[in-house]
Amino acid sequence: MSLSKIKFDKKIVLSFWIILIALIIAAPTILPVFRLNLLGRYLSLSIVALGVDLIWGYTGLLSLGQGIFFALGGYCAAMYLQITSSSEFPNNIPEFFALYGVEKLPFFWEPFRSPVFTFFAIWIIPALVAGLIGFLVFRNRIKGVYFSILTQASLLVFFNFFNGQQKLINGTNGLKTDVTQLFGQMVGSESMQRIFFWITAILVIAAWFFAKWVVKGRFGNILIGIRDDEPRVRFTGYNPVIFKTIIFSIAGGLAGISGALYTVQSGIVSPQFMTVPFSIEMVIWVAVGGRGTLLGAILGAVFINYAKSLVSEALPASWMFIQGGLFILVVTALPEGVLGWIQGDGPRNLLQRFGLKRKIETYPSLEVNNKEGNNE
Amino acid sequence: MNNKDLLNLIDITVSFEGFLALNKLNLNLKKGELRAVIGPNGAGKTTFLDVITGKVKPTKGEVIFKGKSLVGRKEHKIARLGVGRKFQSPRIFENLTVKENLEISVTTPKSPLNLINKSIKNEQLNEIDRLMKIVNLAQKVDSKAGSLSHGQKQWLEIAMLVGQKPDLMLVDEPVAGLTDEETDLTADLLKSLSGENTVVVIDHDMEFIRRLDSNVSVLNQGTVLCEGTMETIQKDQKVIDVYLGRPED
Repeated sequence: MSLSKIKFDKKIVLSFWIILIALIIAAPTILPVFRLNLLGRYLSLSIVALGVDLIWGYTGLLSLGQGIFFALGGYCAAMYLQITSSSEFPNNIPEFFALYGVEKLPFFWEPFRSPVFTFFAIWIIPALVAGLIGFLVFRNRIKGVYFSILTQASLLVFFNFFNGQQKLINGTNGLKTDVTQLFGQMVGSESMQRIFFWITAILVIAAWFFAKWVVKGRFGNILIGIRDDEPRVRFTGYNPVIFKTIIFSIAGGLAGISGALYTVQSGIVSPQFMTVPFSIEMVIWVAVGGRGTLLGAILGAVFINYAKSLVSEALPASWMFIQGGLFILVVTALPEGVLGWIQGDGPRNLLQRFGLKRKIETYPSLEVNNKEGNNE
Repeated sequence: MNNKDLLNLIDITVSFEGFLALNKLNLNLKKGELRAVIGPNGAGKTTFLDVITGKVKPTKGEVIFKGKSLVGRKEHKIARLGVGRKFQSPRIFENLTVKENLEISVTTPKSPLNLINKSIKNEQLNEIDRLMKIVNLAQKVDSKAGSLSHGQKQWLEIAMLVGQKPDLMLVDEPVAGLTDEETDLTADLLKSLSGENTVVVIDHDMEFIRRLDSNVSVLNQGTVLCEGTMETIQKDQKVIDVYLGRPED
């Protein structure tokens, strides 16, 4: 995979940031609330995509179970909102408990009365769960397809468990957040949604810089080393289990943050966040955007989801076909994703094919040598 | 076994579902020694390296390195104890640059915290410069390792091995696919490394082994057939029968 980066001029970078920040500040006035809310949701999804890119694009771990951590973050946020807004309901506990005759708050809800606890729980709980699952799997040297199957199986376990627990977390109905109160305002209100949009935009940028920091330098090089030749990393004296556990845990934490932001903007968290297709979609966003390119993961998540909502409005039944087609196209024609293709030699090759640009002449021996190297 | 020995393999037996890849193999290495290991295909040369580096656990027997048993230790622990390995086909990180490859090898300690928190030490950067000069890759510092020629890849891997500063270097077929000139340079390089380091070289190439001018162990059917200088083993009737006497193929 080509990881070559286009070198941008400093002025271009600066103007890019100025335009981006101006757009973020102005978005709530330009876009109608409905569109703004959608954009906010899709931006929050780009944080889980960044995590998928870290574990898959950089480390080679194809997880089909990121929905677990996404939903855990969402549930943490929703539990806090429900419990702080339950004063008018019987027994001062969230309304849904009355449906199942529950009178006492289950013990694990208690800490979620605290905003500080919730703030940390949103990312630490998913990170810990990911770390634990990851450590057990990686220690036993389960890799490749087996790892993917195992993560999907874990996803189904969590999905079925959450679905069945009416008395604990309202089971299949999920927890609503749009009519709850946060700091004296309704979460679903326009002013709150605007604030959530800004928070999301800031966190996406923060997560992007964090991910860049993680993959920069020697730590990131070890991740790439694990992806390309794990035994070699081991024989050089590194313990891949620890590196993989750390990065899987980081991806879990990012998924949690993403899930919490998505929950407050979509108004509900439910076991639907842990369905198999949704976790696979996360992988598709990264594959289409360009795995191994962090910006590609963000753009992939936002654009595919925006396309999904636009297409679904116009032609309700056709989105699944388009998404499937897009995935097949990327796998066959653009294996490095759209951004990977642009950063590589894609555009030049395309122009050459149509005779618009001269081919670069190389020594045949160079190409032969490269081939030899790749075959081994 | 005596104190000057760096490595002792004692009665190593490796059985793959009944097939004996190694059969009561005994081998001792002194500190600073250069040792060549030869043998026909399937003699157990690579399995022998797998046992030392922890990739394969011996069915029976004991591996003693610097007075410690290596059996049952994880690969990365053995590597940290000071056993370095170069693989048969060059195994470098093709998507990283030459410099990044060497950084991975010279970095100590090899913990995630050290890697993410601190930048590389100056003496390690100097070491990388020195290594790149030794293997003639100074011009290629920022090239992707995947773009190197086959010979350059072999050398990069040797440089990575040296950068790990192992007490024991295990070198599997370092000259496969190299030109005569490169082969000669590699032989000189390995000779210059021994003395300070202990080096085990595995190869088929008799000319190359002769150039190393070292003690030779001949493996056959998972056991050491004969040991001695090149002259001694060339005269040994058993060796001639199983290996040297065969028509060249």
